[in-house]
Amino acid sequence: MGRGVPDRVRRSLEPFRHIPGQAHMWVLRGLREGIVTTAYPRRPDGYGPGWMGAVSVAEGASPPQGVAEVCPTGAISEEGGRLRLDRGRCILCGRCTSRHPELFRFGPDHETASVSRQALVVPPGEDDEEALGKVRSELGRRVRSLRRSIHVRHVDAGSDGSEEWEVAALTNPVYDVQRLGIFFTATPRHADLLLVTGAGAAGMAGPLRRTWEAMPDPKVVVAAGTDAVSGGLVHPTYATRGGVGDLVPVDVWVPGSPPSPFSLLHGILLAVGLLPSGGGA
Amino acid sequence: MREAAAPVGGGLVGEELASRVAGAVRAGARFAALLPTGRPDGSLCLRAVLAWPGRYGLEEEVLAPEVGAYQALTPTTPGATWYERELHDLYGVRPLGHPRLDPLVLPLAPGTPRPRPGTAADVGCLDPSEEPLPGHVSGEGLFTIPYGPVRSGVFEAIQYLVETPGEEIPHLRTRVYHKHRGLSRRFCGLSVGDGVLLAERVEGTTSVAQASAYCQALEALAGVEVPPRAGLSRVLHAELERVANHLDSMVRHTEGAGQAVAYARLSLHKERVLRLQARLCGHRFGRGVVVPGGVSGPPSLGAAQALAELARIDKGATADIRLLMETPSFLDRLRGTGVLPPEVAGAHGAVGPIGRASGLAEDLRVARPYGAYPRLGAQAVEPRERGDALARQEVRVAEVARSFSLARQALEGLAGAGDGPWRAQFDPPDGTALGWAEAPQGELLYLVEVEDGRLRAARPRCPAFHNLALFAQAFRGDIYTDFVFIEASFGLSVAGVAG
Repeated sequence: MGRGVPDRVRRSLEPFRHIPGQAHMWVLRGLREGIVTTAYPRRPDGYGPGWMGAVSVAEGASPPQGVAEVCPTGAISEEGGRLRLDRGRCILCGRCTSRHPELFRFGPDHETASVSRQALVVPPGEDDEEALGKVRSELGRRVRSLRRSIHVRHVDAGSDGSEEWEVAALTNPVYDVQRLGIFFTATPRHADLLLVTGAGAAGMAGPLRRTWEAMPDPKVVVAAGTDAVSGGLVHPTYATRGGVGDLVPVDVWVPGSPPSPFSLLHGILLAVGLLPSGGGA
Repeated sequence: MREAAAPVGGGLVGEELASRVAGAVRAGARFAALLPTGRPDGSLCLRAVLAWPGRYGLEEEVLAPEVGAYQALTPTTPGATWYERELHDLYGVRPLGHPRLDPLVLPLAPGTPRPRPGTAADVGCLDPSEEPLPGHVSGEGLFTIPYGPVRSGVFEAIQYLVETPGEEIPHLRTRVYHKHRGLSRRFCGLSVGDGVLLAERVEGTTSVAQASAYCQALEALAGVEVPPRAGLSRVLHAELERVANHLDSMVRHTEGAGQAVAYARLSLHKERVLRLQARLCGHRFGRGVVVPGGVSGPPSLGAAQALAELARIDKGATADIRLLMETPSFLDRLRGTGVLPPEVAGAHGAVGPIGRASGLAEDLRVARPYGAYPRLGAQAVEPRERGDALARQEVRVAEVARSFSLARQALEGLAGAGDGPWRAQFDPPDGTALGWAEAPQGELLYLVEVEDGRLRAARPRCPAFHNLALFAQAFRGDIYTDFVFIEASFGLSVAGVAG
């Protein structure tokens, strides 16, 4: 970062100095910064520690009495002495990690999306892996034609507003999703991927459904954020539907409150089969 | 905050709320909000919040369960228009004499039960009616464009009904019901600790301000002082949040103006602010920092490192913002665009940067100071009088500089604050209190009612709710291509407006 502007570039901009609007100044500013763009997904991004993406559960831990009540969204459960946490309900508030650090910890940071709602419950159950493989290969067949360029249509179905910031961040120079052939599109008619945020507000059920119907096949739907997955802390109310899963057929689930741009990118790449092998669920 | 700390007693039964509020406004108060809360017995408590110099006052009226109407405030206090429309949507109570009682946050088919937050009413799921609104303007060649709720670009769901002959926008209506989440109802019955988590999600781009205003209401109720270090930490995170929000407004401007490099530069600075926030507390939006009685713990980044990173972001952002304010192709799009005349802003009581761009100086960090702001010598920016998009941009530019400075002061203060608790432990007593904070978009209020350690009700009033009512008034001879700049210069999030 910040490798300075080569003399060659400086000289080549010289003829434009007289142009009003400081156009050459802007270009110089951009060049002076150097490359700030992440190498993800080609290489893992070094930025991450301390950045909440999801909560993990210690394997084989025996849960103490009443541990499930720590969670304000009911994401923690016990089944036959086995402790599990539903990342699709988790809002990353950190109550469990601070009260029971021996059982819960933050992590992973980035690759948190899944092709199955059930697989957001960790640690995975016995039959989960096989079912997951099936879903993954089915999705892969369906989206094979989308891999070279993906046009994304975002719809807000009752978010808190922070999800939109993180979606918009995907076009800033750090994430720069255009480099991966991912573009945001205005019209659903051009869209391959529907990226839905929000807790499933009843007032958006109709517009969301119509947007989905207007998209050509093949199409794929990503529920972005804990609110979109389950309604999060906002649900239940008379005005929300507990996430968007009952409003449109969701293919990929991205937890997070809000999901970070890395998590969103992971979800989008997972949806269209563009992750290098082994990249998440 | 002490003023509102005392539990608010019942208003004089029978006295008209409308005349008391109108009288207060004549006497120099600013009408800030009308906040209804239901009670388990089905009655409805209406509280008008009046901003007096240096303090807030509440005017209260309780409507018995069988009362279906009351004298509207709007005819004498026009700023109450949206509040009474929302009240009608949520409670079904009719404000008599309201000039236009269109649905705002929850259009329901006639005869549908209302959610009535705070009462014992159980309504199950409610489906808003998608019935289009009838046109207001008639004439040859006029048509209506429903712009939203699914719009080009990444936006929150909102619909603008634009009635236009083609280019000019003679009439515009704002519909915010699509993403109504029923938050007022959701707050009822939560523990005060869980209430913070929901407050952070009322308007997720201003989580720190939301949590601060909510917690300050509880602290006022209990008469608790926040430890000095915690006060500084709140300022640090709140000011970073303000920088991010103001940068977001500028990013949207440059996106609208098609200035690709400026867009890239400013969105990079915004990203760095969010990352600094995350390194300080683990969350890009500062969630989990503010808790009742203080903050959850020390910053997770050392003071020296944090100060260095803050200085780096400040330097880069300030240089680019200065260049932006010298770029004619940017300034030309904002100058004279979306004028909100000072008299209109004043009559409505516009808050935040929008108010400060139209001659209203008030900034709660100075006018009704809270937390560590007085100690840090916070100052309000000089208001502008022109009221156009450029004036709003200028206010934000000045505020970004102040916020960087306040954040630096807070970090330096934290480094030299020595030991001590980060949080005062307390159980809030039963009662009602008002909390406030200067959120990035202006005055944020929380009315909180506590009973047996739980929330009987909590009513946020986001600055966006108060200011968005003015949006349609900023179109004076502006044309369709100005829309993006007027919207970006208002810089309002929809989540807290829809509720």
